[in-house]
Amino acid sequence: MPRLVSHPDEVKIVTRRFGMGASKIDRYLELDGYASARKALAEGSDWIINEMKASGLRGRGGAGFPTGMKWSFVPKQSAKPKYVLVNGDESEPGTCKDHLIFLHDPHAVIEGTIIAGLAIGAKMGFIYLRGEYRYLIENVERAVAEAYERGFLGRNIFGSETEFQVIVQSGAGAYEVGEESALMESLEGKRGVPRIKPPFPAVVGLYGGPTVINNAETIATVPHVLAMGGAAYAAVGSERNGGTRLFGLSGHIARPGVYELPMGYSLRKMIYEVGGGVRGGRKLKAVVPGGSSTPVLLPEEIDIGMDFDQVGKAGSMLGSGGVVVIDDQTCMVEFALRTIKFYQHESCGWCIPCREGTDWLKKSLTRFHAGFGTEKDIDNIQYLAENMMGRTFCPLGDAAAMPTLGFVKKFRKEFEDHLHGKPCPYAHHPEVELV
Amino acid sequence: MSAEAMTLFSPELAARFDALVERYPVRRSALIPMLLYAQDEVGYLSDAVIDEVARRIGITPLDVRNVATYYSMLRFVPAGRYNIQVCTNISCMLRGGYRIFEQFQERLGIGHKGVTADGVFSLEEVECIGACCWAPAIQVNYDFHDELTEEQVDAILDEYRSRSQKAGSR
Ligand SMILES: Cc1cc2nc3c(=O)[nH]c(=O)nc-3n(C[C@H](O)[C@H](O)[C@H](O)COP(=O)(O)O)c2cc1C
Ligand code: SF4
Ligand code: FES
Repeated sequence: MPRLVSHPDEVKIVTRRFGMGASKIDRYLELDGYASARKALAEGSDWIINEMKASGLRGRGGAGFPTGMKWSFVPKQSAKPKYVLVNGDESEPGTCKDHLIFLHDPHAVIEGTIIAGLAIGAKMGFIYLRGEYRYLIENVERAVAEAYERGFLGRNIFGSETEFQVIVQSGAGAYEVGEESALMESLEGKRGVPRIKPPFPAVVGLYGGPTVINNAETIATVPHVLAMGGAAYAAVGSERNGGTRLFGLSGHIARPGVYELPMGYSLRKMIYEVGGGVRGGRKLKAVVPGGSSTPVLLPEEIDIGMDFDQVGKAGSMLGSGGVVVIDDQTCMVEFALRTIKFYQHESCGWCIPCREGTDWLKKSLTRFHAGFGTEKDIDNIQYLAENMMGRTFCPLGDAAAMPTLGFVKKFRKEFEDHLHGKPCPYAHHPEVELV
Repeated sequence: MSAEAMTLFSPELAARFDALVERYPVRRSALIPMLLYAQDEVGYLSDAVIDEVARRIGITPLDVRNVATYYSMLRFVPAGRYNIQVCTNISCMLRGGYRIFEQFQERLGIGHKGVTADGVFSLEEVECIGACCWAPAIQVNYDFHDELTEEQVDAILDEYRSRSQKAGSR
């Protein structure tokens, strides 16, 4: 069972019910569960969307798109049925927050899905979890069955004339399926190859119907937004970044774990106070601020607030909220290699810049790390990555290129240290001596 | 239904399929979870499993194969009874994931995607399994083992070995 952590600076909104037995419906109801869905049912679509807009909640899946606005794009009238699709594919390295939500508070995801359905006028929602999360899939399925038993889901939810069905879906292993259009393909029983946009899912989505796709944390936040009121939720965060976020601290951090902190919380404090600093009293070398696809930050770049805009201004991205801390004994070439190895493995192969680019980057970095690189290789790696950017059908190509560029630009010296047949000057497995 | 199909899937699995395909707006939506559940029961996606799933969904076996090859959890050869999946992605790598992987390789005498001669274990190096804050992490079939130390590797192998013996003698 994954360990829960806590810190006094946390503002527990989404994690409020963690560790309290709330995955059982009676306990969830005791803790004010399903009150927001009932209220949403009474107040109606416009009210929900207005509260969501006021909350400043931005998508927790990575891109940070404002949730209220996304919902408002769905046409009111549609010949085809509309759908809600909850993205629980959670596969971005460094990210494990949805794992905890599905474990501790599955009803919050179900309640949020109902509310999203009421907002856009959908009668059916899907909760898609990565296949590796079998025990969580079973937990969510069990919670869905409880909600059906109580009449919170079904033909007449909460005794009303409104219908809402929820289906829990298992994936079978694929990072790319987390990309929203690939996710729809997978749910339709196909390979996880993305679709060309436009049309956007809000207009033509699942089974051709208008579809809202949100990350599981985004959806689990929705009932809390309605309970607090959009404005009160917005006030917790920073400018244009409402509320809190589940930040996952991992890597060489003294106290790893998932912490719920206000948007805009200082990255320096997150590392040195919340996370207890670098493990073993070592020095900080670098931080990957938002999952493996976000460009690395240097120790002198961590005096920033962790929200979408401030991290963007610092040249990286808030991404999935997975903060990976790297100590001074880590080989950044090896880290870059492990990162690109992942993207090469996950590329769906549809477009050449991504398929070939990730493959060449992996080959070059492997050779380079082994000490067979040349000066020119460093420039070639940069050139390859630059030429992948913006030239692919889906953002996976950028997700592979961006961190690579960051590593080469910010750690060029470390690349040079590997030149001329020199063995890796950093320990191959840097943590060997530690503990 | 053919006699072979009757014996291929247990009555529970067959019932699960029947319920699953009816739930979706489109039958085909059941394909990927169905393949995974069938694999859990049969061990891998044999030709017979693929034909049977294709028949139940109403698509061609080639179509099923085309989809199934995309997903990393689906396999076309048997794995061990306990498939050990070691994450070596960044958060795990920083906390010793590769050493854990090497240790499993040594203990079992097999490499990536290898199966032990007795068929009890198989080993895989996998990408992030969503347990980064509890690294290094592995999965044995669907069970997570978090915050692993090298010392625990032997204990884990012993535990599953004895489970396998119990299951075998039943
Ligand atoms: C390669 C790739 C993988 C992605 N994986 C996930 C994922 O696992 N979970 C997720 O919520 N979003 C993921 N996304 C983002 C989704 O495409 C989508 O933007 C998100 O689910 C929208 O939800 P939000 O607005 O609530 O953030 C991924 C995007 C890309 C390009
Ligand atoms: S960018 Fe990569 S993952 Fe995305 S469509 Fe192209 S090949 Fe596939
Ligand atoms: S990096 Fe190993 S579980 Fe995420």
